[in-house]
Amino acid sequence: MSHESKGPSKAPEFVAALKGAGFDFFCGVPCSLLKGLVSLLDKDEAARYISATREDSALGMAAGAFFGGKHPMVLMQNSGLGVSVNALASLHTMYEIPVLLVISWRGEGGNDAAEHILMGEIMHPILDLMHIPHRVVVKDEPMGPQLAWAREQLDATKKPVALIIPGGVLE
Amino acid sequence: MNKVEAIQALMQHVSADDLVVCCNGMIGRELYTYGERPGNFYMIGSMGLGLSIGLGLALAQPNKRVIVLDGDGNVLMGMNALASVGSERPKNLRHIVLDNQTHGSTGGQRTISGEIHLDAVAVAAGYLTSRRAESLEAFATALGAAFSEPGPTMVLGLVEGGTIKGIGRVKETPPELTARFSAEAQR
Repeated sequence: MSHESKGPSKAPEFVAALKGAGFDFFCGVPCSLLKGLVSLLDKDEAARYISATREDSALGMAAGAFFGGKHPMVLMQNSGLGVSVNALASLHTMYEIPVLLVISWRGEGGNDAAEHILMGEIMHPILDLMHIPHRVVVKDEPMGPQLAWAREQLDATKKPVALIIPGGVLE
Repeated sequence: MNKVEAIQALMQHVSADDLVVCCNGMIGRELYTYGERPGNFYMIGSMGLGLSIGLGLALAQPNKRVIVLDGDGNVLMGMNALASVGSERPKNLRHIVLDNQTHGSTGGQRTISGEIHLDAVAVAAGYLTSRRAESLEAFATALGAAFSEPGPTMVLGLVEGGTIKGIGRVKETPPELTARFSAEAQR
């Protein structure tokens, strides 16, 4: 990891900010960089976190939940962005289904296990090509405004929006 | 049994408040032609995700009946979602599979549902009940039973392959489908 894990995890503040921004349906496939977030959501009965088997399936559940009146969040490792490309293109973007993507940044700076290097490099261009607004979450800034930005984007575009999570933020 | 007969048999059990999520491919066009209603969602891309959509909807709206109308190609592509259904066990979810053992909209190439019985997969994945019907009469009976007991349940109907002449395409745009289906789901 290029990011040092200094200071306590921001996962509790992130969960509070998620709920504060109105998100109320949580599912995904875990990443070690998101283990603090997954652990909190999974313990939280009100959050009713769904442990999905594939990232595109989690996105399908999020779409159904949106139809049912929920504001969904899907968490994943950036490897899962590759799995999710068709769902994001031909379901959420095409049908105007807003969903918050919380995507870990494995392979940042080229300093990671071999399987993460290329995706770590091309994740941002992939999101740009797919017209998905995205922002890297900054550990030393309050989580509330960062989540509020995502919610504003979702409400304005009715399409997916991504928050990128580097190492050391939500572990 | 052809797919139109199967769809008409299913729609006899679908009431005004029910929500139907339909997979992509020929089945969606057939449902649009023979059973169109605002409570239908037609998935025209994202093959394999119909069941996941239905699961998320069933969990978000536990007091509504959610029906996923699926095909064998879609179930095989998204087979992982059967495990999620078996894990979450939504009582209000019914999974209706029309199995013609082919990919209809790409020219009738074979799928592997002849060797892999998807109704048996559903049982192994944790569905409460699952039924396999090889005739229209058996399909109608199986639907009657499935709609009188809690889900998650699967009814798989073996249907004839081939395309049905004169079926239309979904006219509404995807955002229009989202708007009207969301309104029905939250009504």
